[in-house]
Amino acid sequence: MIGADAIVKCLEKEGVTTLFGYPGVAICPFFNSILETKIETILVRSEQNAAHAASGYARVSGKVGVCVATSGPGATNLITGIATAYADSIPLICITGQVDSKLLGSDVFQEADVTGACESFVKYSYLIKDVSDIPRVMKEAFHIASTGRKGPVLIDIPIDIQNRQITGFKYPDSVHMRTYKPTVKGHAMQIGKIGKALEKSRKPVILAGGGVILSGARKNLHDFSHKYGIPVVSTMMGIGVLPGDDPLYYGMIGNNGRSYANLAMKESDLLIVIGARIADRAISSPDLVAKNTVLIHIDVDPAEIGKNVGPTIPIVGDIKSIFEDLAGISAKCDFSEWIKTLDGYRRKEPSRKKPRRKYVDPAGFISILSDKMDDNAVYVADVGQNQMWSCSYYKAKKGRFLTSGGMGTMGYSVPAAIGAKKADKRLQVVAVCGDGSFQMSMNELATMMQHKIPVKIIVFNNGYLGLVREYQHNTYNANYSMVSLSGGPDLACIAEAYGIPFIRITDNTGMEDKIDEFLKEKGAGLMECMLDPLDTVK
Amino acid sequence: MIRVLQLIVDNTSGVLSRISGLFSRRGYNIESITAGITADPRYTRITIVTSGDEDILEQIEKQVGKLVDVRDIRVLETHDSVFRELVLIKVKVGDDKRQTLISICEVFRSSIIDITKDSMIIELTGDQSKINAFIEMLSDYEILEIARTGIAGLRRGSEGVIYLND
Repeated sequence: MIGADAIVKCLEKEGVTTLFGYPGVAICPFFNSILETKIETILVRSEQNAAHAASGYARVSGKVGVCVATSGPGATNLITGIATAYADSIPLICITGQVDSKLLGSDVFQEADVTGACESFVKYSYLIKDVSDIPRVMKEAFHIASTGRKGPVLIDIPIDIQNRQITGFKYPDSVHMRTYKPTVKGHAMQIGKIGKALEKSRKPVILAGGGVILSGARKNLHDFSHKYGIPVVSTMMGIGVLPGDDPLYYGMIGNNGRSYANLAMKESDLLIVIGARIADRAISSPDLVAKNTVLIHIDVDPAEIGKNVGPTIPIVGDIKSIFEDLAGISAKCDFSEWIKTLDGYRRKEPSRKKPRRKYVDPAGFISILSDKMDDNAVYVADVGQNQMWSCSYYKAKKGRFLTSGGMGTMGYSVPAAIGAKKADKRLQVVAVCGDGSFQMSMNELATMMQHKIPVKIIVFNNGYLGLVREYQHNTYNANYSMVSLSGGPDLACIAEAYGIPFIRITDNTGMEDKIDEFLKEKGAGLMECMLDPLDTVK
Repeated sequence: MIRVLQLIVDNTSGVLSRISGLFSRRGYNIESITAGITADPRYTRITIVTSGDEDILEQIEKQVGKLVDVRDIRVLETHDSVFRELVLIKVKVGDDKRQTLISICEVFRSSIIDITKDSMIIELTGDQSKINAFIEMLSDYEILEIARTGIAGLRRGSEGVIYLND
């Protein structure tokens, strides 16, 4: 048995069934060994998309996503994907081949110090220099990636280590790390304080973030909020924590969120932040929150608590575990007046601006699309105006809403949708992107077709990098620079080139039927929606 | 505000760069950093002198504590800890002033570890205020080179000692 066999064996032991990757000489021993197993390998068309696909896979399967690339440019191409996963706390194992360990540091062909380069984007990284370390490192890596605040772990393996004989291979049953021990259980006394805070409060609000979804606590959140009748708002990463039609759900906060969600937060006297960072895009001025509000901050990462606002009651631990403990407390409270006020705000929300006749109305399109999608479907939003529209008009049901929240990486949606579909082929998966973001990863259409991963892709085409154009319109008096995307391509030809069914819609007539037809088609599909080039998010 | 942090970290390759990298990318200050193996060779003790306001210092402690390699982090408070730094100072000095310099060195209990016709290297150990005072005393001389180690520190007493069994 050689090192490469050992790595593959470890992946099997961890229950890995699918990985995404791109080969090169330095990782060839690994890709040779993997042929001996049942692990399915998906060849992407650029390494960055291997990490995005692994991210989509991880988010839908709840397991750790795995991506594999070669040394040098393969490894550096992976970095944006790793950073994207890191920003959204997605558990990944990223394996990179490396040049011969005796040549490390001598700038040989395709050598890149990837552990050094990724230092600030990974939860942890390993450079394996001794073949006998492989089982321990793999065990630790999966443990680190999937516990505490989840995140990517990088394992860099020189080619000679992959080829070296390993004797007495044994995959450890348990992980024993002296230094890494994340807190799971919340402090009982702190949790007890929540009951008292609720009893004192008249206007409580829960702000739920991506952490609720990552810890698998959507149902716990539902039960807790409904037990006491506490209104819930969410961050972008928290979209889908509650279904959009849940009477207690008041939408996404932030600059691009619902005005009544922001009002609810602003007027609350008790804000319970769960698995959210209170980041700059969600709350423009964090100081505003803390002044008159009792703030409870629940997060698995102690460093997030107090980073942006100082909480009254900090609770560190796994959100699901804390919810389970919370179910044991009781508090007498009645927030029906507060709910009435919020419902009043909700009714007063100005209806969205009039759709433009000659074009597809993105708002109307997204609400019809999400209505028509399966209850448990996966909606993957890209980055740009399309993301803002998706966040505003997507109606969550029981499915998932995936997007690159922290990093805002264009081109995320197509590869992430491929990963999501691989995680559960029964699920309907739809990627919604702009013409800019689509062109960043449309090479992955080949991956879809080669591996028969029937994802539906919708491209909002407005011929612009719309969000930047809108910013330049407002900030630089419409002095547009570097935002026009004229030059094609004709997506009908692209679809034909890959053999993908294609529909183009140019206005709102018959939109429902066209969406129906698009979704019902069994295989992959590409739909292009022609938008007003000057349409805006607000 | 100045704060001294004591870290016990896994003695793995790259651990120092992981810690100093965190300081630089998050814009935290390092006034000094020292590292050395502990009684248990699996661990390294790192003493970092850092500065910032209360919020920053709290973030530093949390972010550093979060690193996978960090086993323990604590603040060394001045009132119950001892700190020492070692400094080597090369001074330009000839026959005429050598005796006066030697007497200053005696007052500070420093040792002269090298001497040439026109220079001397002085070694001094102490807390930072003593070292600063000594350097101040040498302002009449031409200091050619200074090498300071940064401080090492330990908490007083047997309470709060970290036992590293596993």
